[in-house]
Amino acid sequence: MSVMMDVVSGILLFSGAFFMLVGTIGILRFPDAMAQIHAAGITDTLGVALIVLGLMVQAGFTLLTIKLLVILAVLLFTNPTASHALSRSIAHYNARSAREGHNKELEFGVTNNVWPLIRESGDQSQGNTE
Amino acid sequence: MLELTAAALLLGMALVLIRAIRGPSVFERILAANSFNTKTLLLIAVIGFLSESPTDYLDISLMYAIIGFIGTVAVLRCVEYGGFLDRDDPDTEREEVQ
Repeated sequence: MSVMMDVVSGILLFSGAFFMLVGTIGILRFPDAMAQIHAAGITDTLGVALIVLGLMVQAGFTLLTIKLLVILAVLLFTNPTASHALSRSIAHYNARSAREGHNKELEFGVTNNVWPLIRESGDQSQGNTE
Repeated sequence: MLELTAAALLLGMALVLIRAIRGPSVFERILAANSFNTKTLLLIAVIGFLSESPTDYLDISLMYAIIGFIGTVAVLRCVEYGGFLDRDDPDTEREEVQ
């Protein structure tokens, strides 16, 4: 019985690590940020779920299983949310660049913070303006 | 099996760091940082199971998950709006102070 639990846990851990590695190779190979979200968001969440399930099988029916369940629930909710927020931000940036031209400083990560992205040019607000 | 998972996670973290350093735009670096966060908390949980008392390591993993998500969203808001406070967001509804 204990050997079978070890085998099941090993299979789950191995497939979780495999998905993580495949997703990371995808992040390295894809050309654009929007395409890398496809690799990172899906395989990251799936690999996390599989690895946490494998650890749960190894922990048995103790308190550790409930803690791992809480970690799994938090990650299953927050990873897709972060991916969606990132892709929405990229879509807004692309839409605004098509209208006004690309902001090279922002795109290449220079931290001058001179061009607030989404705000229209007529906004009166307290943040950094040009 | 746990050691193999930890080694695979370490390899994944190194590969994602390459994208974080090389990525020509800021969005790719945000994505790589989020992925690095997720892999780190998994590594901490797996190392916890290799040690004597896994309970402490799982608490750290849970905190890392929450703080990692909040960090990603905060940096994204800073890139979009110029600041991550509510007053920098033009979509927030202001309450009239009497």
